[in-house]
Amino acid sequence: MNQSFETLVYEIRESLGMALAALRTNKLRSILTLLGIAVGVFSIIAVMTAMGVLVSSIESGLSQLGVNTFQVQRRPIFHSNDPRERAKIRKRKFIKYEQGLRVKENATQAKAVGLESWQFGRIVVTPFGNKTNPNVSLAGEDIEGFTTNNWAIGDGRLFTSEELSAAKSVAIVGMGVVEKIFPKMDPINQTVRIDGEEYQVIGVIERKGGMLGGNFDNFVAIPLTTYFEVYGKDRDVHIMVQSTDRETYDDCIEQVRGILRTARHVAPGDEDDFYIFSNDSLIERFNEVTYYVRLGILLVSAIALLAAGVGIMNIMLVSVTERTREIGIRKAIGARKTNILTQFILEAIVLSEFGGMIGILLGVIAGNLAAVFLEIPPVIPFDWAAIGFFICSIIGIAFGVYPAWKASNLDPIESLRYE
Amino acid sequence: MNNSEVINLQQIIKTYDMGGAEEVHALRGVSIQIRKNEYVAIMGPSGSGKSTLMNIIGCLDTPTSGLYEFNSVNVSEMNDNQLAKVRNKEIGFVFQTFNLLARSDALHNVELPLIYGGVTSADRKRRAREALEHVGLGDRIHHKPNELSGGQRQRVAIARALVNQPSILLADEPTGNLDSKTGDEIMQLFEELHRQGNTIILVTHEEYIAEHAHRIVRIRDGMIESDQTINKRTPALADQGR
Repeated sequence: MNQSFETLVYEIRESLGMALAALRTNKLRSILTLLGIAVGVFSIIAVMTAMGVLVSSIESGLSQLGVNTFQVQRRPIFHSNDPRERAKIRKRKFIKYEQGLRVKENATQAKAVGLESWQFGRIVVTPFGNKTNPNVSLAGEDIEGFTTNNWAIGDGRLFTSEELSAAKSVAIVGMGVVEKIFPKMDPINQTVRIDGEEYQVIGVIERKGGMLGGNFDNFVAIPLTTYFEVYGKDRDVHIMVQSTDRETYDDCIEQVRGILRTARHVAPGDEDDFYIFSNDSLIERFNEVTYYVRLGILLVSAIALLAAGVGIMNIMLVSVTERTREIGIRKAIGARKTNILTQFILEAIVLSEFGGMIGILLGVIAGNLAAVFLEIPPVIPFDWAAIGFFICSIIGIAFGVYPAWKASNLDPIESLRYE
Repeated sequence: MNNSEVINLQQIIKTYDMGGAEEVHALRGVSIQIRKNEYVAIMGPSGSGKSTLMNIIGCLDTPTSGLYEFNSVNVSEMNDNQLAKVRNKEIGFVFQTFNLLARSDALHNVELPLIYGGVTSADRKRRAREALEHVGLGDRIHHKPNELSGGQRQRVAIARALVNQPSILLADEPTGNLDSKTGDEIMQLFEELHRQGNTIILVTHEEYIAEHAHRIVRIRDGMIESDQTINKRTPALADQGR
């Protein structure tokens, strides 16, 4: 056991040396072969790294929802391609304010439940004539909505619960709006007009930035009660729920789901007539959407790797022929078939790993160009790098076996005579 | 005297099938016994079958029929792995063309049989170094073959052959690629090794090389033509006390 281990250690070292020597003596041929492997591994790693970057972008983007927060709304955020599915979703009833209150009262696992409703494409006007483009979003919020939206008040203050219950005409504005209509003045206590209604600005929300280049600062928030008075009470409401901690998050989702199913009279066994989205569900959806992209890349890579494997086999066959005499010497001195076999298979693996390493390196770099572009931290997909190495080993073995078998079966007498 | 037979060949026949009905009878019934610490030269013109005989003695090949006992173990029916083990432990080869690994230094070349014998690294290094010192190359252990002269290369090959302390040293035209002066030096080394108790089998077609041996076996047409012992002062044990 110990003896064969010593021999194996030697064989690994020797194979490494042989592979490097083969690389040196047949530079162009080896580089071309390695290129094949590198391209195949590169495309896998580059795509998987880019996917990893996008997923982490979604994760950081979603922190616009506070930590451990999920949101319930009527429609899914990604639209289905199936017309029947779309029709079904269109027919869904609004999530009513009362249903939101039911969740607020009964969700014991929740730390905070925020309710909100949105109008899009509004124009905000100042008394002295500054106005925004018609692209400002207007949110009716309750107080907890600021927590669950992860909105931090910069200047000014949040509205009080008295102002909320009395439906006061107060507004808290996002930085996007401030920059547009109050470029050189303090917006606090100014008056703005939206859809003909006047609001007093009492606070400013700190900058949020945006996910994938979007803008989350171009909005105005008013008390939810005020919103209902202006736009009517029969509005679709979003429910945002923050669980007490990470551990209770899943339980909390289930509890809220149960409360809403009861409130909306969903029969047991029927599917939910609302959509819960969390970081997990978003990522899941992202993976679904990109499934075919990844499948296609894997297929192309597999073909590239197959071609590269044939290249490895070719170079190994040449190597066996060139070293016929050396094989003869080794055999005369006492190498067994398995010694020769192992040595040559290992050499094929080393060659293949060499190409794989280049591919992984370039792939990680290329994939992270997306991270640079999106200004988020780079991702190193260790799992895919490991898979890349594994694949290279498989290729080395699969395409190295035949040349190695050929080498191990050479007749020692003939080999020693080989010139 | 030690009478134990290292090699016992009985009626060895080797026939090569050249395809179709054509057969080449390389050996037609060779019987020969070689005892421990003998110094035997096997001679014969090319095509006589001496190479075939050497390959069979060296366990690189197996006979078509006949009995080959090596240290009283029947090796004529061994499989590849068993033969590899015998070659590794019991036979030291010295070739006409040295047959060293070009990319490896002298030490590494000498280590090779120990590696396949599964000797641990530290032990290996020490033994390989000792073997090189033994043939007078203690100061050349890290030279590659192309940095050594022909005679030095052959010494490395001899060190490699001896490192596993084999039962026989099998040399195939060991001076064929050397100038006569260097050849003489190598032959002196063989004589010294013989005096130290090694069993040496020398395959050659040159009379003056064969004369170094103490027994000359001549082969012709696949059969033994003559087998003569040359009366020299018996070496080995007597000389060790010197």
